Amino acid sequence: MIELQHVTKLYPASSRPALDDVSTEIDKGEFVFLIGSSGSGKSTFLRLLLKEDDPTKGTIRINGQTLNTLSKWKVPKLRRTMGCVFQDFRLLRNRTVAENVAFALEVINKPQRTIKRVVPEVLEMVGLEGKASRLPHELSGGEQQRVAIARAFVNRPLVLLADEPTGNLDPETSEGIMLLLERINRTGTTVIMATHDYHIVDSMRRRVIELNGGQITRDQSRGVYGVGR
Amino acid sequence: MRVNFVLSEVATGLRRNLTMTVAMILTTAISLGLMGTGILIAGMISDMKEIYYDKVQVSIFLTDDVTDEQRSAIEQKLKASDEVKNFVYESKDEAYKRFKEQFAQQPDLVNNVGPDALPESFRVELVNPERYSVIAAEFPNGQNGVDQVRDEGDFLDRLFSLLNGARNATIAVAVVQALAAVLLISNTIQLAAFNRRNETNIMRLVGASRWYTQLPFILEAALAGLVGGLLAVGGLVLTKVLFVDKTLAGPIKAGIITEIDWSAVAQTGAFITLGGVVAAGVAAYITLRLYVRL
Repeated sequence: MIELQHVTKLYPASSRPALDDVSTEIDKGEFVFLIGSSGSGKSTFLRLLLKEDDPTKGTIRINGQTLNTLSKWKVPKLRRTMGCVFQDFRLLRNRTVAENVAFALEVINKPQRTIKRVVPEVLEMVGLEGKASRLPHELSGGEQQRVAIARAFVNRPLVLLADEPTGNLDPETSEGIMLLLERINRTGTTVIMATHDYHIVDSMRRRVIELNGGQITRDQSRGVYGVGR
Repeated sequence: MRVNFVLSEVATGLRRNLTMTVAMILTTAISLGLMGTGILIAGMISDMKEIYYDKVQVSIFLTDDVTDEQRSAIEQKLKASDEVKNFVYESKDEAYKRFKEQFAQQPDLVNNVGPDALPESFRVELVNPERYSVIAAEFPNGQNGVDQVRDEGDFLDRLFSLLNGARNATIAVAVVQALAAVLLISNTIQLAAFNRRNETNIMRLVGASRWYTQLPFILEAALAGLVGGLLAVGGLVLTKVLFVDKTLAGPIKAGIITEIDWSAVAQTGAFITLGGVVAAGVAAYITLRLYVRL
């Protein structure tokens, strides 16, 4: 499903590679934690999967498509099969909850009928059914992240990429978000989540890929955050 | 493509950047207006050239005391000459009539000139207008009833070099203004893209096509180009109605200056408006490609 072969990423401004000869495979429906200290290459990993950047060396394949050779105009198609969630939510402040979610469908030309049907569905799924017409600043952080997850999931992506989705949230709220991501994972969506939150990693016991200085130093199914903790 | 969505994005973009939008429209309008003026002057020049150069190339003015023999001798010589394509004789009366028509707007001038003041003349069209000197040599000034041979082409050349200069200056200013307009458009689009970076970032991540993301910005610039173009056309119309048709009515009626007709204004207007829309759109597109990551 997702395959990286000897992927190296060098940013022009830096002499040390952000990713250094990384090879791994992630199957459909897996739940993977990407851990490691800041600057270990987690974000670069996610950026390369989205083809926000191209690797300096190596190949990346997603769903049988080789990203290296994917032409520019096909990138939007690729991204429609992926959802993204970030630490800072990235909601549009002047749009309501429902509009924020609908926006993701509008801009890829989904018919209005479909939008009217699926937006309430997904809002119900993330537990925001009564808050469709609120503006983001009227919501708590956890609720805002739920809106972001609804937006990422509304088009039923094959892969959900989450870059420290609980980084701004308190432990209880984080737990709710993790339950939601687990639920999404159970629908068959692959979830790749970069995180620093060892509580979450330890309690979930899912596959853990640890990056250190751009290299994979650990790849463990049902892993924990730190070995020997 | 969701038309409503794109249009509301355009409207929001223009509103958010109102001062820049106004600046963009005004610069575009001035540039296009000057461009249109230059084009109209150029058209007028070529119309006038056709009329003037065809009409008369050399005038042979006769002295007041010219005899009938001298006059017919000149006529014979002109008829026999290989250099002459065509010629007409203009009597004192005819010259006076034409003078009155030409300066109908200036009665003081007409009243000061008596019917006898203007000389009779032969108006000569040459096979080759450059061969003025040959004719001048055949009819020496002050001999055989010839008062003066004048190369009208020389006068016309000076007139037209003046008009050409006016045209070139107008177009030069228009080009400088166009450069300013393009830079302003580029700047405004960058600002607009910055203002909407949240939206465009999300659009990029959820897989909106490049066109979908870029179109609002391009339309925004094109719309400004359109409004600028329409303002410029308004300027051309006002210039025609208030200046050309009023102030220049006399010379136009006398056939000294050719009229600028509405079809020329319409054609030029359509051209500059379309040019404004396309140029603004292209400037926006290039800006997005070069400076904005969408």
